[in-house]
Amino acid sequence: MVSSDQVWRVLENVPDPEIPVLSVVDLGIVRHVKWGDDGRLHVGLTPTYSGCPATEVIQGSVARALAMAGYQDAVIDTVLTPPWTSDWLSEQGKEKLRAFGIAPPAESVDSPRRLFGSPKIACPRCASTATERVSEFGSTPCKAHYRCTACLEPFDYFKCI
Amino acid sequence: MTARFQYVLRLADTCLVLGQRLGEWVGHSPALEEDLGLANLSLDLIGQARLLLTYAGELEGRGRGEDDLAMSRDQSDFLNLALVEQPNGDFGRTIVRQLLVDAFQLELYEALQRSADPRIAEVAAKALKETRYHFRYSAGWVVRLGDGTEESHRRVQGALDELWRFTREFFAEDEIDREMAAAGIGPSLAQLQPRWQARIDDVLKEATLKRPADVPYSWYGKRGDHSEHLGYLLAEMQFLHRAYPGASW
Repeated sequence: MVSSDQVWRVLENVPDPEIPVLSVVDLGIVRHVKWGDDGRLHVGLTPTYSGCPATEVIQGSVARALAMAGYQDAVIDTVLTPPWTSDWLSEQGKEKLRAFGIAPPAESVDSPRRLFGSPKIACPRCASTATERVSEFGSTPCKAHYRCTACLEPFDYFKCI
Repeated sequence: MTARFQYVLRLADTCLVLGQRLGEWVGHSPALEEDLGLANLSLDLIGQARLLLTYAGELEGRGRGEDDLAMSRDQSDFLNLALVEQPNGDFGRTIVRQLLVDAFQLELYEALQRSADPRIAEVAAKALKETRYHFRYSAGWVVRLGDGTEESHRRVQGALDELWRFTREFFAEDEIDREMAAAGIGPSLAQLQPRWQARIDDVLKEATLKRPADVPYSWYGKRGDHSEHLGYLLAEMQFLHRAYPGASW
């Protein structure tokens, strides 16, 4: 039997279709890698948002990557519990987001500061916190639309959920 | 048909029909940001509907999947709340309808995440996070429009007066709701009402809007008794699937 580490390494090379700098592992949507009682490899994926159109594309690309790596009979399990949270984004993933021009989630979902309005979001280009929210909804379900009033660039913010 | 199958269909159809209505705004919203906002709400709702319809199909056990249930049922088989099939009207009316439903779904999903049915509980826990964003969006706009110009105030107050009567159905329990509550699967709807009311009152106060009087009148969309508007919505939504059965891409 092969170790699950090898499978994780395959998954680390499967990009998110909307934010290709992130792998599905960076995004925190791979919930388990294990061998089931049926003797087949099971990979558990959770959707970020219920209606995220990328979910099926991701399932397809994970299945393809696994097949190319020799796991033709791998089973993709859909896992809904516990529901995905932006807290599962890896630290490496947050840095990749910033370098790509998307501001990463500014705080943990459980942070008590969330009771007191929106956090300050730093512009991913010039790092200024003189930014304003244009819309809570952006180009994909997981992002909000912001504008930097220092460098005047618009940018996406990966929102906390 | 079992009570649980019908109960899950009610939850699913309310999401699906509202998601379809919001989708009608795509390309027609007053601003690009609102186009994206309404489309995002629509996507979340259709995603929730898909999870629930898939489960409903399994409960029914006749081999019907999410697509069969969404695209091949007729109007009287849809069990959504009558409010969500009401036409969009102007942006203000769409937002008022959204506020009323968002506040209800917040209370409903909050309760359903503790459902004795684990499938319902897990969909509710996921949907709850999304619904919080929906509520912030709709409440924010109702405040801006209500406390905005004379015209925006007049329009949203008018929409509220017109749509309020449909909210009675949210809390009207029938034998299915009671059976689900007794089994610990669903909440007592009557008990959700005061919290929904308080949530709505907070928003209306800030929006300088008046809560309309309750009227002894109600549609029962969740029993399949629909206004004429649902048929037109389904005709558009189901056309492709009915014209080309089994089409996929």
